[in-house]
Amino acid sequence: MTTELKKEAVGMGSEKKISLASMFHFDVKTYTMILALVSIWVIFTMTTNGDFLTSRNLSNLFRQMSITGILSIGMVFIIIAGHIDLSVGSLMGLLGGITAVLNVWLKVDGILAIGITLVLGLLIGIFNGWLIAYKKIPAFIVTLGGMLVFRGILVGMTKGTTVASLDPSIRFVGNAYLVDGVGIFLGLIAIAVLVYNALSVRKLHSQYGLAIPPMSVEIAKIAFAAVVIGLLIIILNSYQGFPVPVLILAIMAVAFSYVLTKTVFGRRVYAIGGNAEAAKLSGINVTKMTLSIFAINGLLVSIAGVLLCSRLNAASVAAGQNAEMDAIAACVIGGASLMGGVGSVGGAIVGALVMASLDNGMSMLNIETFWQFIVKGSILVLAVWVDIATKNKR
Amino acid sequence: MDDLILEMKGIIKEFSGVRALNEVSFAVKKGEIHALCGENGAGKSTLMKILSGVYPHGSYQGDIVFNQEKMMIRNIADAEKAGIAIIHQELALFKELPVYENIFIGNEISSHGRIHIPAMLSKTQELLREMRLDVNPYTLVKQLGTGQQQLVEIAKALAKNATLLILDEPTASLSEGEVEILMDILGRLKVKGVTCIYISHKLDEVLRLADTVTVIRDGRSIGSKLTRTLTKDEIVEMMVGREITDLYPKEVHITEQEVFAVKNYTVYDVSDPSRKLVDNANFSLKRGEILGFAGLVGAGRTELVSSIYGFYDGKCHGEVYLEGNLLSIHHPNDSLQQGIAMLPEDRKRHGIIEIMSVRENMTLATIEKYRLAMDRIDDCQELKDANDYMARLKIKTPGLDTCIKNLSGGNQQKVVLAKYLLRKLKVLILDEPTRGIDVGAKYEIYNLMNRLAADGIGIIMISSDLPEVLGMSDRILVMNEGRIKGEFLNHKNLDQEQIMHCAVGGATA
Repeated sequence: MTTELKKEAVGMGSEKKISLASMFHFDVKTYTMILALVSIWVIFTMTTNGDFLTSRNLSNLFRQMSITGILSIGMVFIIIAGHIDLSVGSLMGLLGGITAVLNVWLKVDGILAIGITLVLGLLIGIFNGWLIAYKKIPAFIVTLGGMLVFRGILVGMTKGTTVASLDPSIRFVGNAYLVDGVGIFLGLIAIAVLVYNALSVRKLHSQYGLAIPPMSVEIAKIAFAAVVIGLLIIILNSYQGFPVPVLILAIMAVAFSYVLTKTVFGRRVYAIGGNAEAAKLSGINVTKMTLSIFAINGLLVSIAGVLLCSRLNAASVAAGQNAEMDAIAACVIGGASLMGGVGSVGGAIVGALVMASLDNGMSMLNIETFWQFIVKGSILVLAVWVDIATKNKR
Repeated sequence: MDDLILEMKGIIKEFSGVRALNEVSFAVKKGEIHALCGENGAGKSTLMKILSGVYPHGSYQGDIVFNQEKMMIRNIADAEKAGIAIIHQELALFKELPVYENIFIGNEISSHGRIHIPAMLSKTQELLREMRLDVNPYTLVKQLGTGQQQLVEIAKALAKNATLLILDEPTASLSEGEVEILMDILGRLKVKGVTCIYISHKLDEVLRLADTVTVIRDGRSIGSKLTRTLTKDEIVEMMVGREITDLYPKEVHITEQEVFAVKNYTVYDVSDPSRKLVDNANFSLKRGEILGFAGLVGAGRTELVSSIYGFYDGKCHGEVYLEGNLLSIHHPNDSLQQGIAMLPEDRKRHGIIEIMSVRENMTLATIEKYRLAMDRIDDCQELKDANDYMARLKIKTPGLDTCIKNLSGGNQQKVVLAKYLLRKLKVLILDEPTRGIDVGAKYEIYNLMNRLAADGIGIIMISSDLPEVLGMSDRILVMNEGRIKGEFLNHKNLDQEQIMHCAVGGATA
């Protein structure tokens, strides 16, 4: 099983060459976010006497962020398109619950249970999208209703109990690690692709007189990214290896960053969020696009649902509560605008890492839960304030 | 010099290193109507935004002296307190609120925190009388016509005791009759001692109304002259820095081949499906023809073409033929696939996507053309085409990746045109193609229309600018209250009066 998955991972990595680079093609805004992230880390490192920066903790941190990260990828599509989805927390809980019920109570094979969950997630996403795009019900209302409905179904389905002890195949997805070689290989590919992509963009841009940063800046940018990738691999390998959920997050991030920045579909997502009427007049089928975006989100929520129940090795009634808020906060911290038309997958991932770091660091410090809420809420508001303040000065 | 109400001296304003205003000086006498002219992007609006407090003191260099006092205007409220009020091209009214609330919004008459509605009502009535605006103060603003809304804006400024009124393109969306009323009121305000700065592209109005004209070009003041010493051509020359001999470079490319026909076309109101906005319209278009649509605002022209294009929410029925084939159009994409494109009337709302770049806006309607494997966009080809059209349409932009909102109106319009021209077209519908665009860009758009007609494209042009309709069309259809009332072949003897007579519902010639 482990070897099978490894092969698949390698295949994916090499197929999505250019897209891997685009994930790291952050804008200035995202660099500011990285800076904020680093300062949060420095604070936690000092307050925990260095415990925060141990490879064990960092490995856990990345595993913890993978679920919020995947949710925030789906959410960033929706936010860029000018909508919102409040139901993802409940839906993730429900879909995780379905995996668990299928596997534990109905004795469905682990892989099949995961497959059914993914299909269901996609279908529910399509249904939400249909209500919003074709029936013209505002996304806020549809998903607010969904938040209650999905939670209700979960409670009814599990009869309020915890459905525990899943098959090893399901547990693998959320808990396993890959051997060292895989991580190193992935890292090297990522760096190679970064260099290739930077050079080809420079060539194209100079051909049409578009802005190109000086070579020194480019080299510094790539060097910085290479160091980050290298450090990440070294840290993860020095604990137990590259965690499977982090690998899944990375694959999703690369794939959907590619979709958003390099494809016709992605361009249209930005267009309908920027001005839906002008987009329609330009021949874009806004209703179909909206439906597809919610379908993608449903699929990503189902992946997050599987990861969640795999990590908990159970389904519970409270699973995924408030996860939609973390995902929305991650997108906004990562520079997405709730007005639509602005945002990036890279930013959302950094935002998710900020949220996960706050959870992780404050738990290490044994800070009470109520403080954690207060701090996370304040950071969200602060992030947007800083963004607005710097924008006005420019 | 103590009769000056306003003096702006050596104003310099930069936007991220680009100088929008370069030592502009501008002086206005007390009680005059002072026209400010210049091409789009010349810096008129920037200068007025400094004066009205949109750009605060400190974000620019230079001095403002108002009523003999050096001013440091930090925000719009400061400017209003001093008596300076600006009325923007896009009206800032609350459509769902009644007239009297709009007039006193942010400036409510109150005592001890309680709004005094009777006082506001009586003051509103007084102001409306002064405006010769015969509406009930309780009327919702959305029920008023554009011209009446404009008057409400002026009343709002007067309620704040404005002594200097800035009007930015006030007549851009007004019908001829409404323009007359506005001119009349400005004349009376002048008698009352209100000073007025009047920004307009319509030089006939400027010549009729203004005492003095100041021209700005490329962020510099070119000069101020008394209007009575000037002719229209001289102002145009000052604005563009060169002589324009012919405003309408009409060429004839019309053929005998019919490309497009509309039969028995009726459009109903969205909110009131029993009301017909367009009633049984019939017309045809030939290859290479420029067909002008004249009529007053609200005659149903925009509803007719946008529902043909597939961009109308209400009910409509009728037949549309392209090259003899009956079309079934439900979405703008259906039209585009057939080679029909429409340049919308409201550029900001329907034409451009403000937060996207010039390139992204330009290729939005053709993006499928650049689709490679895995839905990837062919950057190389996309840039090549965008670059081509930037050169071909002479779009002035710092670069293809510049955000479109940083371009002047004329250049934005050219980008929207490029968006549709990148497709292979048979019919091009232009809804008010030159509204709010400067003389130079207008001229380029006319030339472009000629080139497209020469290529065999049939062009439908809706315009409220009668000289433009007369200047550019091969044939003119006049609409009045939803019906096509008249058809005129364009020839030398046709004049504006004949068209106007038909547009206001007079008997057809």
